[in-house]
Order: sequence, then C-alpha cells, then structure tokens
Amino acid sequence: MRNARVLMTAALTSACIGLSGLSTAVANDNYSDGVVRIGVLTDMSGIYTDLSGRAAVEAVRMAVEDFGGEVNGVPIEVVHADHRNRPDVGASRAREWYDNDGVDMINDLSNSGVANAVAAVAKERRRHAIVNSSSTIGITNDYCSPYATHYTYDAYSLAQGTGKSIVDDGGDSWFFLTVDFAFGHGLERQVSEVVREAGGRVVGAARHPLDTTDFSSYALQAQASGAEIIGIASTGADAINAINALAEFGVTPNQRPAALLLWFDDVHALGLETAQGLLLTNAFYWDANDETREFSKRFYERTGRMPNMAHAGNYSSTMHYLKSVEAAGTDDPDAVSEKMRELEINDFFAQGGYIRPNGRMVHDQYMWQVKSPDASEYDYDYMELVTTIPGEEAFQPLEKSTCYLLED
Amino acid sequence: MDFFGIPIQAVLGQLMLGIVNGSFYAVLSLGLAIIFGVLKIVNFAHGAFFMLGAFVAFMSGRYLGIDYWAALFIAPLVVACIGIVFEYLFLRRLYGLDPIYGLLLTFSLVLVLEGGFRVAFGSSGQPYPTPELLRGVFNLGFMVLPYYRAFVIVAALSVCLATWFLIERTRLGASLRAATERPDLTQAFGINVPLLVTLTYGAGVGLAAFAGVLAAPIFHVNPSMGSNLVIIIFAVVVIGGLGSIIGAIVTGLALGIVEGFTRVFYSEFSSTIVFLVMVAVLLLRPAGLFGRTEA
Repeated sequence: MRNARVLMTAALTSACIGLSGLSTAVANDNYSDGVVRIGVLTDMSGIYTDLSGRAAVEAVRMAVEDFGGEVNGVPIEVVHADHRNRPDVGASRAREWYDNDGVDMINDLSNSGVANAVAAVAKERRRHAIVNSSSTIGITNDYCSPYATHYTYDAYSLAQGTGKSIVDDGGDSWFFLTVDFAFGHGLERQVSEVVREAGGRVVGAARHPLDTTDFSSYALQAQASGAEIIGIASTGADAINAINALAEFGVTPNQRPAALLLWFDDVHALGLETAQGLLLTNAFYWDANDETREFSKRFYERTGRMPNMAHAGNYSSTMHYLKSVEAAGTDDPDAVSEKMRELEINDFFAQGGYIRPNGRMVHDQYMWQVKSPDASEYDYDYMELVTTIPGEEAFQPLEKSTCYLLED
Repeated sequence: MDFFGIPIQAVLGQLMLGIVNGSFYAVLSLGLAIIFGVLKIVNFAHGAFFMLGAFVAFMSGRYLGIDYWAALFIAPLVVACIGIVFEYLFLRRLYGLDPIYGLLLTFSLVLVLEGGFRVAFGSSGQPYPTPELLRGVFNLGFMVLPYYRAFVIVAALSVCLATWFLIERTRLGASLRAATERPDLTQAFGINVPLLVTLTYGAGVGLAAFAGVLAAPIFHVNPSMGSNLVIIIFAVVVIGGLGSIIGAIVTGLALGIVEGFTRVFYSEFSSTIVFLVMVAVLLLRPAGLFGRTEA
C-alpha cells in the first residue's frame, strides 16, 4: 500500500514536470538553461564611466529589443555589473557569471587590464567575451581564444590612424605622456613602432597614474624634452587634463599634442575652443551618414547623450552575436564562435566586416578632425572626416599576431 | 648647468610646481587639522567638500552667472553651511565614540556626494574658465609660470596665515583652543562650546571648498577630483602632527616640494614618496613633526 502511494506520487510529480516542460522543451533543447544571457561588464562609477558605463548597457538592451527580445523562441536577458577598473574584480565577476548565473556572452569590457583578465577567463570557461571599449591587442594575441572577440578598435588601429598620419605629416620626434597600466603601455608601444618604422624617433616618456588631475609637472617634462609631438597615451579625463595642462603651460602650440585615443565624449568635455584641430581615430561618428544618424537619434532619446564608437560597437556586436546564435540554432559556444567568424557584418557600424580566426573584427577605421567653433553648425556637430583607413591596413596583420590559434 | 645630471631648469620648474601643489595641500590639511583638533573626527569627507567647492563655483557660474571672484567667497560659505547642517544632523551624534564611526560616516558622505555628482554631471568633468585677469604666463627663464598658478600660491598662503593668526592670536582662537583642551571648563566660563564646535566644522570644510574653487580653473571640475587628494592630505596631517595648525601648513608646503623633486628624478615614485616620509616620521617622531606627545 505504502509502495503504491510512493509510486503514484512519483508518477504524478514527473507528469507535472513533464507537462510544464513540454511547451518549451522543443525550443530550449539546444540552449543552456533556456535563456540567452548577455552580461555587460563595464565601468559604472569610475573614470571611464562616460565612455561606456550605463549607456553601454542601454546600447546592448537596444540591440536585444531590436532583435525581438528572443532568439529562436528563447528569451534574451541582459545583466550588468561594475568592474570598478580592477582586473581582479572583473575576472571574479566574469567567473561568477559564467559558472553560476548562466551568462553566455560578456560585452563592453572597458579598461584594458580588465579586458585581458576577462578574456583569459572566457578562454578557460569556454564562453564568449566581446571587447568593445578597450584597446589592448592582447585580446587577439596572448589572450586570444575562439571565444574572445575584439570588435570596435585597438591600439594597433589607433597607431595606424592618428600616429601614422602625424608621422607622415612630418612629426618625427615624439615624447609620450602615458597612463601607467596595460592600456597606456600598449598604446605607447604601438605608436612608437609606427614612429620608428617611419624613421622618426622617440625621445622619452613620462608615466602617470590612472586618474591624474595635475599634469603640470608632466607638461614641463614634455616641454623640456624638446620633442615636436607630445603623444598622449591615455584617454577620458586623463587625456583632457593633459591637453589642458599643455595649453596652460604654453607647451602648445610650439609643440603639437597628439591625443592617441580621444573619444567623442572627450571632445564634448574639452569644448571645441580647446579641442579644435585635434585628430582622432574613431570607428564611428554619429553624424557620418543617414544610418548612423538614425541609430544615434534613438540612442540619444534613451540616454540623453550621443553614442561614441564603443556604444555603437556594443550594439553592433550584440546583434552579430545574436544573429550567430540564431544561425547556429544553439548557444553552444563553439558553434556560435564558428558562425560569428562565418557571417559578414553589414550594418550602420561596419560594412563588409568580418572576424579573423584570432578574434579581430576587421572593418574600416576613420580619422576625424575636430571642427572649430565657427565651423560647427548645430549641437554635437564636432568632427569632419579626414581619411578612411581600410580595415586590412588598420589592424595588425595576422602574421604578426602571436595567437596560438594561428599556429597550424 | 646640471643638478645630479638633471638640467637645473627642470629642477627649478618642478620646485615651483611643488610650491603650487604644496599650497593646495596646506589649505586642505589646515582644515583637516582644525577639525581633528577640535572635533576629534577624522573627516574623510574633506576631499568631497573640496570637490563640492569646485562644483558650487561651476554651477553658480553656469546657472546664475556668478563670476570667479564672487565664487571665491560664495562657494566656501555655501559649503560651510552644508557642513554645518551635516554636523548638526549627523556628526555630533558620534562625539565621544570610537573614531572609526566618524570615519565611516564621513566616508559614506564621500560616496553619496561623488556618486550623485557623477550621475548628474558624468565622469569626464566640466570645464571652468580661468578668470580673464589671470590669463597668460610669466616667463621665469627656467619655466613658464601661468599667472593663475602664481595667484594660487599667494591666495592659499594668505588664507593659511589668516587662519593661523585667527586661532593663535585672537580671543576667539583662545576660546577655541580652550574648548579643545578642556571643553567642560570652557563651558563653565560661559562659552557655548557646542556652537564653537559646529562653527569649527563649517570653517574647516569651508577651507576645503576655498581650495576647490582655486583648483577649478586648473583641473576639470570632476566628481573624483578630491578623492585622490584626500589620502595625501591625511598623510600631511599625520606627518605634521595631528591637530597642529602650523604643522599642517608647513608640512603641506614641504611635501609639495618633496613631491616635485621626486618627479624630476623618478616620476613613477612621486605618488609614493609622501607615504614613505610618513612612515619615517612615525618611526622617529610618533607624534608628528610639530605634534606634542600627550602627557
């Protein structure tokens, strides 16, 4: 009697589980935990929060909404977290997301130190990471894997853009003001290479900590170096403060500043009066064409700010990931990785873009010049196109990459 | 001419900048020392009040059209009032408790203020123009010194000396010092000690705000502009001797110069040198250079 009751309970329970699972079982079989989950790991509270931050989360959400909120009938979820510009915090959050929270792909990844650390975790855990906001070429070299994609730009493309054009323009002695961590060092190295290859020389460098407010002493060192070009290997508030200090101490205009990674937001913060004439290599500008304007207008309505290249990259890369999941019919990382490398990227952000075996997304880069206040006709009318750098020239040639996937 | 292999121009230039930075350190650490001396509170929010001063100047300029010179007076007053309200509502409940409570409360204020301004104004910072009168540079031969930086030295040191005079040489200062040493006796003489304490906090954070306005045209007005500075300021106060007024002023200036020198020889080390000096001073003179060992 007792056995019969146990058996009946077991049968009823399994029937219930079976019934409730039936409707989704067909669609979900190929998807881990029945959800495609995207994590946006970004700087929500520190020095880079204006460059990615909350707006990066919104960009990913926009992509998910535009995609329809589900892929092959499976819902898509977006979560986000703050890495506080600390590689250890970023890496442990990534582990937690991949291991416990069912996150399939991590996006944004501002701060090169954090990006390298998370790429390493992605490789170990066999899950996707897409780097949009940081420049470290480690992602497509030592930290490469089938799961790490470097999407928007990198230190190499910056060097090929701003760096090379200034060298070509006759700026052949350089002094660097470099932010003292992976990003600054990487950028300085890439640009130095370009300078030397073109026959120029690097006369010295001064290293400053992240989030430095007072650049006066570095300005004096730059002045004393006598270099023609002061390469600013930092970004965001650091680059803004450096440019201001160079102007304040009369270093410019005798010596020219070259901001190696300047964002749209930095131009906005500096104001056209100070920023006019600066060159910047950006993969995206809101006012480039009708498609970019359409996206940017929608983005502005949601966030109250114009998108920069990382925001646009976050949107485009999320779309590409979801399209790859859809095409693969599963969120299995290996199958998705294959599709991501197979499908071409054609949207407002990139035309004919494709992902190389080492994870580098190849697409055109653009060099812009900041307009003078008189030339700016409407709000956010800040830049004009100087030249387009074809994707094949903009990024590190595959034979130079140290990625292990390229060995055979 | 060289100085240990470094061109003398570079050395003199960095020395000059050291004095400019030292002036900031002096004003900030002075406020911190006064607050610690009287309230026995470790005011971790000092950097946030510095930032608040810069933001009040920036906002009053943008929204009310108040210029720099007026802001130099108005912003410290506004921030002092905010400080007084904070002291009256929260801080005074912690007197007599373990100093860690005061530290936690003021630190939480830092997080709230910085977070709030970051949400409202972003992290890239806002430009604040240098006043018309002070644009341009002196050519000193070994370096160009912007007029404005020279003005900072003069303004900061004048305020420091005035504060020192007020505390050490006036009747109000005497009451204040009495209230620090023996609050109960001072009260018995008919002096309103709690009021004195509240006003001291207001004056201390007002000094921080004054430094903030001075800093606004140099640095971008930025929510995190105070958080890096406050750590150094604490080191300055510890080296000078906790609660010592003259110690804070002299040490602030001296450490600015030491830092400037370090930048010439080994720039990466410049953010660490202050703490090495602190360790050395604590080992040799635990009460600080100008501090008194309590009997």
